[in-house]
Amino acid sequence: MSAESKLMTMQEAIERHVRSGSTVLLGAELEQMIPFAAGHELIRQGRRDLTLIGPISDILFDQLIGAGCVSRVMAAWVGNASAGLGYCFRRAVESGIPRPIDVVDYSNLTMALALHAAALGVPFLPTYATLGSDLLKKNGNLREFRSPVSEEKLVAVRSLRPDIAILQVQRADAFGNAHKWGSLGVAVDGARAARKVIVVTEEIVEPSVIASDPNRTLIPGFLVAAVVNEPWGAHPSPVQGYYGRDHAFFAEYHEQTRKLGDFEGWLARWILEVPGRREYMKRLGPSRIERLSVREHAFSRPADFGY
Amino acid sequence: MNARQRPPAEFAGRSSCRALWEMTLPVALYSPGELMVTAAAREIADGELVFVGMRLPMLAFLVARRTHAPRSIALYENGTIRQTPSTEMLYTMGDPANLCGATQCGQMLDVMGLLQQGRVDVGFLGAAELDRFGNLNTTWGRRDGELRRLPGSGGACDIACLARRTVVLLVHDRSRLCERVDYVTSPGYGTGNGWRRAQGLPEGSGPSAVITTLGVLRFGSDGEAYLASLHPGVSVEQVLANTGWTLRVADELVETIPPSGQELAVIREFDPHHFWTRSDER
Repeated sequence: MSAESKLMTMQEAIERHVRSGSTVLLGAELEQMIPFAAGHELIRQGRRDLTLIGPISDILFDQLIGAGCVSRVMAAWVGNASAGLGYCFRRAVESGIPRPIDVVDYSNLTMALALHAAALGVPFLPTYATLGSDLLKKNGNLREFRSPVSEEKLVAVRSLRPDIAILQVQRADAFGNAHKWGSLGVAVDGARAARKVIVVTEEIVEPSVIASDPNRTLIPGFLVAAVVNEPWGAHPSPVQGYYGRDHAFFAEYHEQTRKLGDFEGWLARWILEVPGRREYMKRLGPSRIERLSVREHAFSRPADFGY
Repeated sequence: MNARQRPPAEFAGRSSCRALWEMTLPVALYSPGELMVTAAAREIADGELVFVGMRLPMLAFLVARRTHAPRSIALYENGTIRQTPSTEMLYTMGDPANLCGATQCGQMLDVMGLLQQGRVDVGFLGAAELDRFGNLNTTWGRRDGELRRLPGSGGACDIACLARRTVVLLVHDRSRLCERVDYVTSPGYGTGNGWRRAQGLPEGSGPSAVITTLGVLRFGSDGEAYLASLHPGVSVEQVLANTGWTLRVADELVETIPPSGQELAVIREFDPHHFWTRSDER
């Protein structure tokens, strides 16, 4: 194999590939496989003026906003999926704490179409969604137009090309060819829409494992700039077949970030004082890890690619 | 009025719902959340394609699937399609228990495409605010006169625009049921009288029921909401006092049928600690 390994640590991957001011796609799969470890490294390395892109992000967007890394959010929903509001998001939008942010409101479908347009290399895609809504009035990337092939009103969704997509997967080879399973949200389009991709993987496997099931290869390695082997990198969100969702963690975050001072304590305890995932896992503790681990495996039947 | 004497109008003509009504037994103790879940479940007819939202609607689908609508199919916006109920309680649609045993784990556009084609019979939505014409706001809420930032649309705007029917669940108070929402996140009937068609929204789409903590609202052909059903123990005066506009009341007002023992059993199987149903605020 002549290709060069793209394996590196999370610290290196963020250092090399994400500048302040970048537009970053995170949380492409909605409530699962959210790359929390990568988001925490963005905070530790003090990135600023990021534009966050994603359909819903659960609490990762809230954390990045609270840490002052973000100047703009382009998303359909920002909050805490099982507990409710994101308090950092609310403080930033309403009071400019820790800094003001600009919010560009999408719906899930219009966000998916914006990334799909970029993945197809076209400037926009049409939809009926958002007609009659205030999203259409307020978001300049959604424009009403008359269909050129019928008399209907439609909305043109402008293509959206993130500088970088950070995507969590179950397994990848060292060159970035990645197998991913579970529900995919906008991850497949996200990988193709972005200028660069960082793959965060639970496991590194040989290229022959990837080639054994090419339908499951959702990210081809030539799109990938960095591969980070970071087990439990999506905690507290789940990775199918690897670990469950830590529902209590989301509830605790909700309780512990209601006030600004409490959030600062949370940020120090779980991100700033933690050099990386290994220490983070130590703080989680073995009993919590045990509780979240897969209790009963459910392997799919292998597909026969023979001929 | 004794609702047990005849089925409410919305059940008439639907044999599966009629059967459900007939086997309904009075159950003394249930929470407002459980009643809302049950009422929501009854909006699903057997064999329908259902766009399931978050929170209470996740439970409503499970109840419908296990009782009167065993052939209904759930679509989730993360790309999941399920034909069997999950085996445990869900906190989010992306929980591993919702994906294990699913019919398909695909992309968001796969399910949103079905929605946009008009194939989805009913979609469920929560809301912070709802107005006279069923427009929903989950972006900028008003509390004590001040605008507060809320999480936003998620897939709600898409479902409200594109599903054939939408069913809304929310807490019934004056600040939430208001004359006109400050921000239309998810369009209902706009300003009424043909507004949806004028906007270019699909024909025949729009909100069909609003299930609150006090009753069920439905919509007239002019797009304005009216009170169609009262929850047990609730008075018309109480509903009117908690609604921010002069709400019309159906001539044939009925009482919401309480959850049956079977429906409660399903709710409690999937929500044993009342995470979703202990309070009506969720």
